[in-house]
Amino acid sequence: MEFFKAENVNKNFSGFQALTDVTISIDQGQVFGLLGPNGAGKTTLIRIINQITAPDSGLVYLEGRPLKADDIYNIGYLPEERGLYKKMKVGEQALYLAQLKGLDRRTALKRLKYWFEKFEIQSWWDKKLQDLSKGMQQKVQFVCTILHEPKLLIFDEPFTGFDPINTNLLKQEILNLREKGATIIFSTHNMSSVEEICDHIALLDKSKKILDGNIHDVKAKFKTNTFDLVYRGDFGKISSSLDRRFEVVTHVEKPHFNELTIRNGNGINNNDLLQILVSQAEIVSFSERIPSMNEVFIQVVEENKQ
Amino acid sequence: MNKTYIIFKREYLTRVTKKSFLIMTLLMPILMGALMFLPGYLMTRENDKAETIAVLDRSTLFLGQLEDSKSTKFQFIPEADYNKIKDNLKNTEYYALLEIPQNILTLNKVMVFSTKQINLDVKNHIDWQLEKKMEDQKRADLISRIGIPDLEQQIQSTKAKISVETIKVGDDGVGKKGSTEIAMGVGYAAGFIIYFFVFFYGSMVMRGVLEEKQNRIVEVIISSVKPVQLMMGKILGLAAVGLTQFLIWIILVSGIFMGAKSMFGSGDAMQQMAKAQSENVMMGNNQAAAQMMQTMEPNQFDKIVEQIEGINFPLIIICFIVFFILGYLLYSSMMAAVASAVDSEEDMQQFMLPITIPLVVAIILLMSVVKNPEGSLALWGSMIPFTSPIIMMVRIPFGVPWYEIIISMVVLALSTYGMIWIAAKIYRTGILMYGKKPTWGELGKWIKYKN
Repeated sequence: MEFFKAENVNKNFSGFQALTDVTISIDQGQVFGLLGPNGAGKTTLIRIINQITAPDSGLVYLEGRPLKADDIYNIGYLPEERGLYKKMKVGEQALYLAQLKGLDRRTALKRLKYWFEKFEIQSWWDKKLQDLSKGMQQKVQFVCTILHEPKLLIFDEPFTGFDPINTNLLKQEILNLREKGATIIFSTHNMSSVEEICDHIALLDKSKKILDGNIHDVKAKFKTNTFDLVYRGDFGKISSSLDRRFEVVTHVEKPHFNELTIRNGNGINNNDLLQILVSQAEIVSFSERIPSMNEVFIQVVEENKQ
Repeated sequence: MNKTYIIFKREYLTRVTKKSFLIMTLLMPILMGALMFLPGYLMTRENDKAETIAVLDRSTLFLGQLEDSKSTKFQFIPEADYNKIKDNLKNTEYYALLEIPQNILTLNKVMVFSTKQINLDVKNHIDWQLEKKMEDQKRADLISRIGIPDLEQQIQSTKAKISVETIKVGDDGVGKKGSTEIAMGVGYAAGFIIYFFVFFYGSMVMRGVLEEKQNRIVEVIISSVKPVQLMMGKILGLAAVGLTQFLIWIILVSGIFMGAKSMFGSGDAMQQMAKAQSENVMMGNNQAAAQMMQTMEPNQFDKIVEQIEGINFPLIIICFIVFFILGYLLYSSMMAAVASAVDSEEDMQQFMLPITIPLVVAIILLMSVVKNPEGSLALWGSMIPFTSPIIMMVRIPFGVPWYEIIISMVVLALSTYGMIWIAAKIYRTGILMYGKKPTWGELGKWIKYKN
């Protein structure tokens, strides 16, 4: 079910084109990766979703109807440039932000108690923010973002400043929120975390959307039909059987086995290829190279430069 | 709950519950009071440090006639001791040596020897005593020469002393005793307090906005509330802090006034105070003023009380609150807009100057308006919105036609409304801009942005 949609969104800041005809669609319960190099227009799009700024043209829908002012209660936003009041006590501050998101004091207190216990940070309640480390501050900020249990969560680089243990804790919480039915927009430059948690991605570059799709489809689309093979046997036999349908990329002979990388030129399917190989040598391992999101990102953006 | 109210509440409570607010609020009136009364009080206490002056009177006109004061004692010495003391002044108990020549009446000159520069207090006292005795002497000589026995009394009777009692006639024809000096004082104080409040709380708004921007909390907040709500919540919250402070002062000052009235009602203590003050003035070589103050009647204090009560304080307080709120909104919205556009305090300075110039001009005008509250300078100053909060407050204690007050308020309110509208536009864009310092032109462009 489609939960969120932006349709042909344009935004121009006195001569600078920030978004050009951007259309994205997000299903309920998806983790949607919003990717793109610096200055591509991601933050502008996120600000439009948050109604911090309005598009010049185009429409934005939430749950099938145009976005309205009250929808800010349904959205939780963790901006990339974030901060809290340094001299205010942690608990007071969290309560204040929760009330701005429309929670009444009692509900806010109850939920804060739950989250502070869960993250084992109860002892911070009466501390001033400036007495906490950066990572601790980020944790408080994360709690503030999700406290009003929004249907749509927007995380912009949520993992910066966290150690690996806390990064994992946070990833787990993000996935838990998805389990509970939240839809999540996730913007980051860290491609390995995109592969870990995103279902769907869109890539913006120079104000335009240049790639969109399910993460597995996107990766499949960018595969180069390259295979890595480890075998025992005679290279000559294998290469003659592969003849001109394949291009040998590299071949390394080692004492116990040989390593071969080949590229499939004309779309023979994997099983047929494997059958040919099995008849010629003892196969130790066979795998198709699937590009990482990192490679996809670099390739697409580089191509878009031309 | 309204978002602006939540922001308002935070801004108000975090500041009012601070210890520094309480201390500052209570200390200010005490400090002011101390500044006014401490010198007089100290003068009444400072009587143990009298200096002894050795006097050699060759004219013999003054022998035994010079009166001691709290700071100065005279001791006459014979001619024989003169050189001994003069050569050895340091080792004697004398502070200084006064030598009066034989022909003092024609020479008009005396000499004082001392090891260090004698203080002004002692010098003035010597001066005053000698002049007084000489005048008495000359007058007595004159009277005996002319031969009119009651001339002394006749001359005395020519002295005139007028006290101008000013009575302000209200619209209902009922006269009220007023005092130009007190109206000036109240007007000056009211104008200055407005200036101080607008400046102080305006720059608090500025720092608050800048803090939110530097903290980067602003994007978190404006994803929950509209930028204009954040701006107005802050501005109004700080206005409430200012008003709270003002009300506490009003209560404190009227409490002190009531207390003083019941304590000094008899006039005794006040007389003492006046005496101390007059000696204070004397020290500044202003004898006319000193003598005037010494002649203060016992019921002078009651008169001051009556004159203070003759001032229309309810009107002043209401006008003060209205002009403070409007003037503060006008300036603080400008400051909020400017603070939203920059990243650091240093960048702020360039924009602050043009904003604060009208305020400073108003303070300069204040000096002349307080002397002539009916002039055209005063009239225009109290109509132009950037100076009117201060200048109108200066004029009000003197009595201003009600329609002028209304016009001034309406003009100010409309300008303030327009300024808030412009400021909100700049703020909305500026608050999310980081990096380069904008120009005035760019600020102008932001006003025209749709969203």
